[in-house]
Amino acid sequence: MIYQGKQKIWSEYQKEIPDDHWFYVRSCIRQNFFPGAERMFLEICRNVLKKDFYETEHHTTCGGIAYHCDTIPQETVMTIVARQFALMTEAGYENYVASCITSFGNYAEILETWREFPELETKIREMLWKACRREFKKPKYLAHASDLIYKYRNEIASRAKYRLVNRETGEPLKVVEHIGCHYSKMFPSKGVGGAEYPYVLCGMVEAWGGNVVDYPERRHCCGYGFRQYHVKANRGYSLSNTYKKFESMEPYHPDMIITNCPGCPYFMDRWQYVIAESTGKTYGKDGFGIPVFTYEEVAGLVLGYDPWDLGLQLHQVAVEPLLNKIGIEYNPEDKYKGLNKKDILKPGLPAVLKCC
Amino acid sequence: MKENILIIGGGIAGLEAAAMLLRLGHSPIIIEKSDRLGGHVASWHKLFPDMTPAKDVVDRLTAEASGANIFLNTEISFVNKLTDSYNIMLSNGISIITKVILVTMGFSLFDAAKKEEYGYGVYDHVVTNRDLEQWFNGKDDPRIDNSAMNAVGFVHCVGSRDEKAKNSQCSKVCCITAVKQAIEVKQKFPDASVYCFYMDLRMFGKKFEDFYISAQRDYGIRFIRGRVSEVSENIEGRVVVKAEDTLSGKPLKVTLDLLVLMAGMVCGDSCTKVAGMIPLPVDSDGFLKSKDNIFDVMESPKEGIFYAGACTGPKTVPETLAEARAAALDIHLYINGLE
Amino acid sequence: MDFGFKISPSSAINLDKIDLTMFEKLHEMEPDVYKCIACGSCSATCPAARYSGMSMRKVILDLQRGREKEVFSMMKNCMLCGKCTMVCPRGINTRHLILSISKLYCETK
Repeated sequence: MIYQGKQKIWSEYQKEIPDDHWFYVRSCIRQNFFPGAERMFLEICRNVLKKDFYETEHHTTCGGIAYHCDTIPQETVMTIVARQFALMTEAGYENYVASCITSFGNYAEILETWREFPELETKIREMLWKACRREFKKPKYLAHASDLIYKYRNEIASRAKYRLVNRETGEPLKVVEHIGCHYSKMFPSKGVGGAEYPYVLCGMVEAWGGNVVDYPERRHCCGYGFRQYHVKANRGYSLSNTYKKFESMEPYHPDMIITNCPGCPYFMDRWQYVIAESTGKTYGKDGFGIPVFTYEEVAGLVLGYDPWDLGLQLHQVAVEPLLNKIGIEYNPEDKYKGLNKKDILKPGLPAVLKCC
Repeated sequence: MKENILIIGGGIAGLEAAAMLLRLGHSPIIIEKSDRLGGHVASWHKLFPDMTPAKDVVDRLTAEASGANIFLNTEISFVNKLTDSYNIMLSNGISIITKVILVTMGFSLFDAAKKEEYGYGVYDHVVTNRDLEQWFNGKDDPRIDNSAMNAVGFVHCVGSRDEKAKNSQCSKVCCITAVKQAIEVKQKFPDASVYCFYMDLRMFGKKFEDFYISAQRDYGIRFIRGRVSEVSENIEGRVVVKAEDTLSGKPLKVTLDLLVLMAGMVCGDSCTKVAGMIPLPVDSDGFLKSKDNIFDVMESPKEGIFYAGACTGPKTVPETLAEARAAALDIHLYINGLE
Repeated sequence: MDFGFKISPSSAINLDKIDLTMFEKLHEMEPDVYKCIACGSCSATCPAARYSGMSMRKVILDLQRGREKEVFSMMKNCMLCGKCTMVCPRGINTRHLILSISKLYCETK
């Protein structure tokens, strides 16, 4: 692998990301999948870095899942999105940042469609006005939340309590990065680093002390693909794609996986359990799996937040071996205690995949 | 008074046209931007279909054109149009007033790094057709490992027939070049598996089809119909290639020790630049536009300006030489008409 | 544990894992087998093709893709009429090739 070759490509795909004043929209599913991630994003941006991030309770789904499941027409999705833009305009913001990759892709696709077919934008403006008497300005800048953490990566590194380094050996951790398909595969120029060698997560890993693992199936989809997972008959297809990725990364013995999509970390985490139960195979050391994180969780870890406040107890694959490797302090007793030390009950343990 | 004839480009087209013009009694001037003559052919090793050493071709052409006034390391700084001629200012400070210009600025090799999915410049063992040819010529290349050559692949149509790469044209010579290079690789490494990934095989020229049959029958080169979609690198640093085996209708994967990208031809960078100065029109295929694509391929729409070789589209060596001779004859008749 | 779904086997052809020993033996007996350009004229003219799925083109391809089972089930339907040999533009004696495949693969099976 020729690192300079990648650097050359990265230098060609740099997007402008304003430093401050963002209108933040959450994902439909991430709060259930990784409940600490979005909270940590706002915590870091607002309280650690003192930036202005605004969110409103009037924000709804962007319609992306329904759109990708072919259950609603694109005009409907566009009108939903137009309403989100109206909320941004009303709040006095012009930089729009989405927590969800599919939302980000959805917004990028719609803005691009309107650019090419302005008559469609006019029609959607009329539809929005008829539906809820709102008007909007298009965002001046559109970003995915990982673009922001990428932008702040060095500031985070300078405040970090831990680094992605093996405490005992001093070696950088081997980190697999996985980018959600809708981040840049549709519009390579809209993603940091492009689509073939995206840099958005690599940049964070490098800034925080880890080494990125580039394995043959790196660009492969995690397999979620809404229509695949949501229809039970197709679920084997979803699982098979994740399996393919793990088989491909296995020889590199990665210490952890970092992702920037709602679905990918969920499936790469949960399917390790299904793969273990159905084939007996595990990918971590001593029967454990490879822990999978969102980039906000990783940022929270290096900044020294309590792993259980980050919601890491909700991961299927146990994170403790990694916490020990880095030397992150945690209290095993508190794993299944919620806020105010309330008992949130222990889950049953899998038969094959080892968990703490 | 003898008319000046300015030949822009000292590749094979420029050399052959100069040689012909000398024989017809003219005194052509050649300007060449690099420090040597022969263009792309000078960095090639052997030429299809008879494996002629490229050096012999360039040597012969250079010798035949030696009577011309040749400026190396020289580019055009600017062009002024006078009433019935052009005043051309060269980078060496000399200015030439001429009524007759022959454009022989040829092609540029498509930049294979633009096909990011193939990882040229990123993966350790991905090279282009030109890199391989220079390696055949004895130039060291760390990407080509003599000691471990068990499987080699050739990707046809890299930057050709590719609208996304902004070149929808067929580059014409890459199919036969891939077959030639595959045979040469097989000759060097008889135990290696050699694959060619193609969409169609366009074997249009003299003895090309024989070459293809020989590659199959005598060298066991395996032709897989399917365009490579993605290249990656495994933990041993070997190249992993994905394509569809369209004849089976199934995805296909293979691990290789070397992947050769058959980079296509695009209109030369300096060609486009000079065309902008004169100015000369560019055709819809991105190459220079002829007065007529059937009758007057070697004439530009501008009086006194002629073309030869790959500046008007991809061509083989013999096609280029034939055009150069024809253009020289056109120029000769044009000058006679002026007097 | 039964989840009601499972890992699907990959349909991809992995050329790294295909053993071509038998095909190479066939090549020694029938050097012309390398010359096939997959034009399909043999299959288009085959009287057995439309009723049975026999395809000489697929036979030659499948042998190189490790799908011998499919080859045997196709070849059972061949009537050895020789029409494929008549149309082959590369002059491959396909009729003789079929006999050689039967001889080689069936003997060793």
